[in-house]
Amino acid sequence: MVQKATTPRKKKPGRPPKAIATGRNDMPATEDLTAMYHDMLLIRRFEEKAGQLYGMGQIGGFCHLYIGQEAVVVGLQSASKPGDTVVTSYRDHGHMLACGMDADGVMAELTGREGGYSRGKGGSMHMFSREKKFFGGHGIVGAQVPIGCGLAFSHKYKDEANVCMTYLGDGAVNQGQVYESFNMAALWDLPCLFVIENNQYGMGTAVTRAAAGPALAERGSAYGIPGKQVDGMDVLAVREAGLEALAHCREGKGPYILEMKTYRYRGHSMSDPAKYRTREEVDAMRKQHDPIDQLRELLIKQNVKEEALKAIDGEVKAVVTKATEFAQNSPEPDPSELFTDILLPVSAGTAASTEA
Amino acid sequence: MGKTTYRDALRQALSDSMTTDPNVVLIGEEVGRYGGAYGVTKSLIDEFGPERVIDTPISEPSIVGAAVGAAMSGLRPVAELMYVDFIGMTMDQLANQAAKIRYMFGGQIGVPMILRTQGGTGRSAGAQHSQSLEAYVMHTPGLRLAMPATVSDAYHLLRQSLAQPDPVVFIEHKALYATSGELDDQTPVAPWGKAHVPRQGDDLVIVTYSRQLHYAILAADKLAKDGIEATIIDLRTLNPLDIDTIRTHVERCGHAMVVSEGVMTAGVAAELAARISEECFDFLENPVIRIAGEDIPISVSPLLETNSVPTPELIADAARMMRS
Repeated sequence: MVQKATTPRKKKPGRPPKAIATGRNDMPATEDLTAMYHDMLLIRRFEEKAGQLYGMGQIGGFCHLYIGQEAVVVGLQSASKPGDTVVTSYRDHGHMLACGMDADGVMAELTGREGGYSRGKGGSMHMFSREKKFFGGHGIVGAQVPIGCGLAFSHKYKDEANVCMTYLGDGAVNQGQVYESFNMAALWDLPCLFVIENNQYGMGTAVTRAAAGPALAERGSAYGIPGKQVDGMDVLAVREAGLEALAHCREGKGPYILEMKTYRYRGHSMSDPAKYRTREEVDAMRKQHDPIDQLRELLIKQNVKEEALKAIDGEVKAVVTKATEFAQNSPEPDPSELFTDILLPVSAGTAASTEA
Repeated sequence: MGKTTYRDALRQALSDSMTTDPNVVLIGEEVGRYGGAYGVTKSLIDEFGPERVIDTPISEPSIVGAAVGAAMSGLRPVAELMYVDFIGMTMDQLANQAAKIRYMFGGQIGVPMILRTQGGTGRSAGAQHSQSLEAYVMHTPGLRLAMPATVSDAYHLLRQSLAQPDPVVFIEHKALYATSGELDDQTPVAPWGKAHVPRQGDDLVIVTYSRQLHYAILAADKLAKDGIEATIIDLRTLNPLDIDTIRTHVERCGHAMVVSEGVMTAGVAAELAARISEECFDFLENPVIRIAGEDIPISVSPLLETNSVPTPELIADAARMMRS
């Protein structure tokens, strides 16, 4: 996974952290670029395999693939700090992998098996990792946005120098909860980075047919939230915008909105015949703007050898193959699991701050 | 601790919990400077500061959503919903997020938040501010539900709700805030999740909760004059539901009545009656009677409002009929 920058900064109690060096305009080291390439390729290959398994009937229910959008989450994770939290909606496999969650556990959750992150109870849309600070994986469009505010509230309340990265799509920007959250985040200066992944389409409705007004990046302007439109197919542009926006949030200046102009190559979900756009449109995007091809070209320009890139290909393939085998061989959950994890036994105490 | 009101007992529970646990925060409309629409959080902002007693915009879905996120990351938020009638606004966060997160995430994390709210009739508040919507909550697996009727329970059920590992919807009754009673702040009448039996008789069992407990007691006093001795069960929490206590007394008396302010159809009374019928069938001498809210909106007119929900007279009449 992506090398994370430095150790967390110590913060004087009660004072917002000072501005940090963002590394703006600095080209990341080749090894960091290589790590990003690895992560993007892992997401691509993982999602391709998930698509195949869905076609074979081994994954049921919903399966929203992230293919085409890899630069967004990988670029932002490369700009994040340890302790930063992530919450997103249902097109979430890429976010989990970029956060460092184990591909075996993610794939096994897609197949609904015991070895999955949620032991087969959550599936594609609902996984969580306390260790990797990934707070889901939520299936109701826009509902993760207030939750992101709550996570950011905790960072602020506990005086942590961390930011909650709250992802939402171009469809979610028309949900009421989102604007309540923008208002609250701005009112309370919450360290919340709202990342609008504008992949141009809701389920099948083009953003221009659903969203009035100018750029989605400006949807926070009524609340005084700065916003920026970013080429979400260019991982370096994403990273640079991420560093700037995260620094803003970390400095105690309140929320920030990044609109990532991106594109999903596949349908909304596996049942989507994608009749609302042309084959040519998708092909043109793939040929001219593919985020992985762009980074690959850059690496070659930086004298990274073909063999090194091939080695990454092989490494990624091995991870996906292992995850697939794990997901296929992991047993179904025990029938007794039907009634577990709903409510814990009632507590007899009066107050407890234990981790939930 | 002595005599106090339901309102002050609630405030004391919040204050004591906040003193004990720095992770408890209050979040809601007018909970801070205003002191709460019904005065429950009055002056807590002076005691604990605006960082912990947080006035919010009028944004019910996001108040609950933010509480979900805060609870997932180590805080103990007490969100306030001014009227339970607004619960529809928050149902996505409550039913789809708070109630499902533990299960969806395979038991790795829960949502230890409280949603404090109030409901019921008694203040001519009209159709949109007088409902009893506990059935919405009880119908959703993954939510706990507490409904205090007494001063003691206002304090203890709330304090103990703040120790629960799962989301608790805590519904107060707007007509009870000014009622007073003795509070022993060390000893609850029963553990959290267990029913209380404030009156024991052999002739019938009245199963109830919230304000209807007081109406049931008034009815039982009338009935005693006619030689009918009622057992009264105050459920205190609807999730968990203390079916054991209900069964014990219904098996002993053979006659059972359920009293709830919520509307009759597909409501809490219906659920309780069905459970009693299933679990105690061989011991019942009559069908279980439901005394519940009429299937109508609540009027502003005090006369119409009073007759929308069970009254002590109605409870007593039904009991006499059952025992005649």
